[in-house]
Amino acid sequence: MDDVVIRVGWPLMLVWPLLGWLANGLLGGRLPRTASGVIASASAGASFATALLVASAYRAVAAADAAVSLPIPLFDWLGAGRLTVEASLLVDPLALVMALVVGGVGFLIHVYSIGYMADDPHPSRYFAYLNLFVFAMLLLVSAGNLLLLFVGWELVGLCSYLLIGYWFDRPAAAAAGRKAFVVNRIGDAAFLLGVFLLFVTLGTLDILEIREGVATLSKEERLLAALLLFAGATGKSAQLPLHIWLPDAMEGPTPVSALIHAATMVTAGVFMIARLDRLYLAAPEALMVVATVGALTAFFAATVALRQHDLKRVLAYSTISQLGYMFVGMGVAAPSAGIFHLVTHAFFKALLFLAAGSVMHAMHGVIDMRRLGGLARPLRQTAGGFTIGALALAGVPPFAGFFSKDLILEHAFAFGIRTGNYLPYALGLVTAAVTAVYITRAVLLTFSGPPAEPGAHPHEAPPVMRWPMAALAILSVAGGLLGASVAGAPLLRFLDGLLGVVESGPEAAPHPPAGLLRWLSVAAALAGVLVGWRAHRGRREPVLGRVGVFLEQRWYIDALYDRAIVGPGHTLARWLAGPFDLGVIDGAVNLVGRGLGALGGQARRLQTGYARQYALGVLIGTVLILGYWMLRW
Amino acid sequence: MLSVLIVLPLAGALLVALIPREREETIRRAGLAVSLATLAVAAWLFRVFDPASGAMQFAVRVPWIPALGIGYAVGVDGISLLLVGLTAVIFPLALLGSWDSITEQVKWFTVAMLGLEGAVLGTFLALDLILFYVFWEAVLIPMAFLIALWGGPARRYAAIKFFLYTMAASVVMLVAILALHVLGRSLLGERTFDLEVLAAMVLPPGVQAWLFAAFALAFAVKVPVWPLHTWLPDAHTEAPTAGSVILAALLLKMGTYGFVRFGPMLFPQALPASAPLLAALAIVGILYGAVVSWAQTDLKRLIAFSSVSHLGFVMLGIASLTEQGLQGSLIQMVNHGISTGALFLIVGVLYDRTHSRQIADYGGVASLMPRFAAIFTIVMLSSVALPGTNGFVGEFLILLGAFQTSTWWAVLGVGGVILSAVYLLWAYQQVMHGPQAAKHPERLVEVTRREVLVFAPLVALIFFIGVYPKPLLDRSEAAVQAALDRLDRPAMAEPFRRHR
Amino acid sequence: MVPSSAYLALSAALFTLGAVGVLVRRSALIIFMSVELMLNSVNLAFVTFARMHRSIEGQVVVFFVLVVAAVEVVVGLALIVDIFRSRESVDIDDVDLLRG
Repeated sequence: MDDVVIRVGWPLMLVWPLLGWLANGLLGGRLPRTASGVIASASAGASFATALLVASAYRAVAAADAAVSLPIPLFDWLGAGRLTVEASLLVDPLALVMALVVGGVGFLIHVYSIGYMADDPHPSRYFAYLNLFVFAMLLLVSAGNLLLLFVGWELVGLCSYLLIGYWFDRPAAAAAGRKAFVVNRIGDAAFLLGVFLLFVTLGTLDILEIREGVATLSKEERLLAALLLFAGATGKSAQLPLHIWLPDAMEGPTPVSALIHAATMVTAGVFMIARLDRLYLAAPEALMVVATVGALTAFFAATVALRQHDLKRVLAYSTISQLGYMFVGMGVAAPSAGIFHLVTHAFFKALLFLAAGSVMHAMHGVIDMRRLGGLARPLRQTAGGFTIGALALAGVPPFAGFFSKDLILEHAFAFGIRTGNYLPYALGLVTAAVTAVYITRAVLLTFSGPPAEPGAHPHEAPPVMRWPMAALAILSVAGGLLGASVAGAPLLRFLDGLLGVVESGPEAAPHPPAGLLRWLSVAAALAGVLVGWRAHRGRREPVLGRVGVFLEQRWYIDALYDRAIVGPGHTLARWLAGPFDLGVIDGAVNLVGRGLGALGGQARRLQTGYARQYALGVLIGTVLILGYWMLRW
Repeated sequence: MLSVLIVLPLAGALLVALIPREREETIRRAGLAVSLATLAVAAWLFRVFDPASGAMQFAVRVPWIPALGIGYAVGVDGISLLLVGLTAVIFPLALLGSWDSITEQVKWFTVAMLGLEGAVLGTFLALDLILFYVFWEAVLIPMAFLIALWGGPARRYAAIKFFLYTMAASVVMLVAILALHVLGRSLLGERTFDLEVLAAMVLPPGVQAWLFAAFALAFAVKVPVWPLHTWLPDAHTEAPTAGSVILAALLLKMGTYGFVRFGPMLFPQALPASAPLLAALAIVGILYGAVVSWAQTDLKRLIAFSSVSHLGFVMLGIASLTEQGLQGSLIQMVNHGISTGALFLIVGVLYDRTHSRQIADYGGVASLMPRFAAIFTIVMLSSVALPGTNGFVGEFLILLGAFQTSTWWAVLGVGGVILSAVYLLWAYQQVMHGPQAAKHPERLVEVTRREVLVFAPLVALIFFIGVYPKPLLDRSEAAVQAALDRLDRPAMAEPFRRHR
Repeated sequence: MVPSSAYLALSAALFTLGAVGVLVRRSALIIFMSVELMLNSVNLAFVTFARMHRSIEGQVVVFFVLVVAAVEVVVGLALIVDIFRSRESVDIDDVDLLRG
């Protein structure tokens, strides 16, 4: 019975949002305006409910904490020669956790969207995209082979493109969507090469078979495959150096930012590494790269977030930074911790974004913090929600973010003991403090003090928007229990059965002083909050001089891309299309044509128009030919 | 049976020629009916085709000019079947798509289109080299007329360039065909132009190289392989919508088909020997076409250069000489026919309304034509090779094949995957997104029922092939395997070292 | 018995006459007649060779040539008449529309 529930339920989970997509996409205009959101929310909710059913059935099937991987084959997808790829799904703890997060947070954000998009002229298009996204994301997390995972991977990118550019009549939104797609494509190209490498060396893309087969790969193949796939992850999860699209992606509707660009899609890279943990654990150099990139990104993005004026951009850089933490977790061989942070981050970051959306809703689209302020009074619930999210993000105990971030830092320290590389831990700790500073600043600039523009009359969001925020707020407070040792860390136990733990040498690795580390984390968070409070109390912005400009300009990375790649690229394109293609290549063709024309011009002089001259020519020719043959004879 | 496929459109053309020219609606309907009947025959062929066999099926051989060894020989295998199907699908849509846009000389337009269909089908089905050559060149005539009579402002120049360029290269192929015939007489003691008979010859490598070069030149111009592509943007741009569709969807495929059909059969040594060169040109084409597309201001030119890039992928798959690469190439030929054909139809929709192909004359069209925007989005994504659409299946297999032959080919080819997103999304954004900036917003009315009818089958195919390409891949597999088995080359390293 | 060489000599003489006629005369009609002369000289040569080699083929070809000549007369005279109608002259040097 449980088996049937799993086998039917898991694909069914994908069908619901697909149905919602079809309903909204095909019937769109003919549906009553309110129906779009209800249908979409219902299908997302149905997915969540189905995932819950499957999860409980799975608990019944899998004994206690042992992890079982249940593949669900669907159909033969594409094949050529010895290569065949089967479309198949996979049920295991990792997929279940991800599906629950995607379904749950997705459902809440769908509901929120009903209120947020109430004034939009064509909500059916929005909800169709949103449902398509849920489908794609669920496909990504439930895929049983790497190619199907890649399908989901690209489809979520597509939805991201469509939703960022949802208000396509704004050039900035359209351009941001395109940027997101193209930058993602760069990572995807590397990902695809990694898929090829695994395929050619292993002859399969089935995830379970890859897990088995990793041991047969050579050291170089493992490293190369892991790095190529990670390059894909840097695109999707906005890590250095492919992070540039995510801040721009804030041009999309705010619920989209919450769902796609904070809670779910951007974590796909983290999920992918957990999915292929056996490969990564078998390639220690790749893990080192992952941890280093993650730590650098975490630090970089947190510093940039210190000096952004757009509230959503602060949150975007914060997301980049938190994703960096997750990659640190992956890189220090603690995938369960990374996934734990993924889950709590999905809760509190979605909450922060929804609260920011509520601010935008109240202020008629204003999101520049220099124009906000004093919103704590009119928007009490929103302010409360935002503050809870902020505390969770800052890592103040007992909010959810503290437990997961602290766990990653502990593992990072252990990693330092093992490898002698303390950089991930050190940067992680510093970043924790910086995080607390910038989010405190965001809270103060937005909600405290007198309003910057007293004329505005903000109003609190409708209940349909407040309830999802409330739910997320509860999860942001209590979510830590999923991984806190006091509560028995159910999530970690669930995952640990599946996700490999690095084999320690014969002499057991020295255990990090957990208590001390924990106090250090708490101290960093509180110090950060304190500094932020002191610096920005009363909505002040301390002058930071050239450092401030450097941060405000995002370390000049975007400018560098424009100058070094986009600009020269376009110049090259124009040169190739103009002077080179038309001039040189086509010029050569036309030159041949003209040359033959000139030759004809000369030859036409032979055409005198006198028939008798032609006859003479014929005669002479005949005589010559006959003469030739006669002489030869 | 296959002869029906060739004769039906040609007979239809004659029939249409008998209808008085004033009865334009009747002429249009008759043309469409004939092409639909051809489609029905092709669909039937697709069903009864035996996927397990890699040999020629339904072959018919009748002496034509026996004294010279020229015969009427047609047959179909997995390689030609897909292209026959594509041809049969594209023509009715092209006719339907130009229902309202061709208003002058409707009769001769329809006659030219049907004649073209017969010739294209003949090219794909012919098994006799002379017959093949006749159809190959016969295609040029109606196409050149389509461009020259119903084309844009610079149509004369484009038509002549197209005709002369491709003709000049084809004549070289004719010489090689005659040389094969002569060699066949001395080596086999038989006067024949029959492909399968001549394939039994073992040519000395030097001769093979020269003859292959002659064939390859004709095919390469048609594909077009960089740097022989410059006729393409002009012809595409000036041709009427239906002409561009046929040109992109089918005529270019004649070149790549030629490589797949004749390369392994006649030149089993020369083809592998020249594969690195072909791959290099293909990769240059992929990247060059993509970069140049980005700088175009004319929508049709942009799509034309995107064809150079996409056909580069097809060539790369062929040059990889792996099962995956070749299968990918075949399916990508079909895909390119569908998605680029659809792209030209899309430009046609815009052009019919505003009579402009300039990207700068549009902007914010999506808000005026939301249904059209949805179609455009899907087609564009298929061209970008997004998973779930047909383009992905083809590009994936091609790159996988290329990866096995040479890692670097795949690495460079993947660059094209990125660039295709750059220029197509850019063009889409310029035309469809942004604030309302079209020159004639009042003329940009939503797509009509007829236009939806044109796009619906294409969109359906985009998704169907993207999700379930098996029916196509199954049918071509045996033929591809047979073609590769013919190749005479050092044994390749076993691609999948472990597990199988 | 007249030797074959005599027939051949006559044929050659007629052919030369015809060729010279084509080259030196300006009247289209005369040129036309000269061409006929050349054709018939060739016919004579064919028949001669046919007899020499005891082969029927040469005589068969003569029939073809006769047919072609007849066709040529039909088309050619029609052309000449048409030219005369439009130009009031049959001088071949006046007709030089194809001059490059």
